[in-house]
Amino acid sequence: MKQLRQIISILILLLLLAVVWEGIKWIGGDPWRVENNPFGIEHNPPWRFKVASDLNLPHLWDIGASFSKPSRRNGPPLISVLIQAAFFTFREAVIGFFFGAFLGLLLGILFAHFDLLERGCMPYVVASQTVPILAIAPMVIIWLKAGWVSVAVIAAYLTFFPVTINTLRGLRSPDPRALELMRSYAASKWAVLWKLRLPAALPYIFTAFKISATASVVGAIIGELPSGIRDGLGGAILNFNQYYISGPGRLWAAIIISALVGMAFYLIVTLAERVALRGRNLVEE
Amino acid sequence: MGESIVTLSKIGMVFGGSSGSQTVALQDIDLRIAPGEFISLIGPSGCGKSTLLRVVGDLLTPTSGQVQVNGKSTHQARLDQDYGMVFQAPVLFEWRTILKNVMLPLELRGVPQNQQRERARELLNMVELTGFENHYPWQLSGGMQQRASIARALAIQPKLLLMDEPFGALDEMTRERMNMELLNIWRQTQTTVIFVTHSIAEAVFLSTRIVVMSARPGRILHITDVDLPQPRGEQSRAETRYFEIENAVREWLRKA
Ligand SMILES: Nc1ncnc2c1ncn2[C@@H]1O[C@H](COP(=O)(O)OP(=O)(O)O)[C@@H](O)[C@H]1O
Ligand SMILES: [Mg+2]
Repeated sequence: MKQLRQIISILILLLLLAVVWEGIKWIGGDPWRVENNPFGIEHNPPWRFKVASDLNLPHLWDIGASFSKPSRRNGPPLISVLIQAAFFTFREAVIGFFFGAFLGLLLGILFAHFDLLERGCMPYVVASQTVPILAIAPMVIIWLKAGWVSVAVIAAYLTFFPVTINTLRGLRSPDPRALELMRSYAASKWAVLWKLRLPAALPYIFTAFKISATASVVGAIIGELPSGIRDGLGGAILNFNQYYISGPGRLWAAIIISALVGMAFYLIVTLAERVALRGRNLVEE
Repeated sequence: MGESIVTLSKIGMVFGGSSGSQTVALQDIDLRIAPGEFISLIGPSGCGKSTLLRVVGDLLTPTSGQVQVNGKSTHQARLDQDYGMVFQAPVLFEWRTILKNVMLPLELRGVPQNQQRERARELLNMVELTGFENHYPWQLSGGMQQRASIARALAIQPKLLLMDEPFGALDEMTRERMNMELLNIWRQTQTTVIFVTHSIAEAVFLSTRIVVMSARPGRILHITDVDLPQPRGEQSRAETRYFEIENAVREWLRKA
């Protein structure tokens, strides 16, 4: 029931977006007419907005149509090219996500146990996130050579930070009396981590995972640009951007597929969260 | 008095270190508790009852004086898992079922899984929670959660049960029923109990001795022997002796 309402509201939102999109084109886009029609179906918008021209803001049906057209002469239809690219990028993002999640968990656990380490290293962790990914990416490629490893590392760079912060917060979240209880049972540090701190941190960690899932896709796409990788969505975006004038719909199609990849990863993590937190009385977002 | 399970001598507890404001929470506490006793600590809020309980349970180290539990240091007693703790809140782990929550101390002790299960089931039966093994804490009422936390505390058959206002958050009816159950458990397990409470009635009904503490600095003002006959039951609440003791404790608390 709740899921159904969610899906319906997402669909309504998409519909609204489409209405606004085409609405702007209706009042300020380029004129159009249906070819060979006896009734003279055509439209001449009252104004001309530059952003709403067919080049800058293609009609939704033109974007839709570009999916089925070949992206190169005599090549396969765009949709199959993009799906292949999506899987390629998704794999990089997943590998980067696991790198980043692992690093984030490790740092979070270390910081939670060694105050000195946290005070010493946390400023650098925070500082690392103020350096733009666009500056980091070429460096990583110089160090690690162009290839999926460096792309995954760039994706990990965007992933580990929220995981570190939330893991740390989650590990510190248990009720002080729960810690006293463990202490009264003479539980080892390891047992306290494993049986109390980590389970208590799990909802926090999954919140970070959800942020990281989408961020890792962004990281993978950006990472592909300077590494000259042509097989992923980053490569596709770069390519269609270059030849935008000859087919604006293709770039938009690539953007839509990129967004879908991010959403799919988010959904997968959400399902994993459901399984991992089953039984708990969570306040639903 | 013969052997004792807890011996407190000249216990003092000062919070706040050498500089700044200091709180003298406990001063000159002397107390010997015999095995199998049921001791209640009663006194005004902030007089150091919880602090005293934590000193006995090795959750705090006193700034002066000596504590012995079973002839050992409190630290050793804790490592030997001689303690069971129950707080005002149940402090159950929300990601564990009731059964798994009760199994926790057994797990930490390395008891084989099937024995953990068997023992936890027995205990849940004792606190009348049979049928709720696979429920999660949030699915139970406050009273039921507290019963589960008592079952958890009893899982490792502690020599000493430390209870800090365990029924403080419950309504009067539930509290009286829980008092009765606790009495039965105490009789069955023959464990020693130190019980912090705000309720004079509860203290008189349950205890063998009531320790009345004074406001800061926390000291022992008086120790009342509760000579109501054992085994006690609901009829005990109607005895004249019960009211006499209740009034005597109330008098002492007025001076606290
Ligand atoms: N960790 C602590 N640090 C500083 N002061 C404390 C601490 N714990 C308790 N106190 C103080 O010690 C006094 C006794 O507290 P407590 O034992 O909790 O009282 P009670 O349980 O009798 O209500 C109070 O004044 C309280 O503020
Ligand atoms: Mg208290």
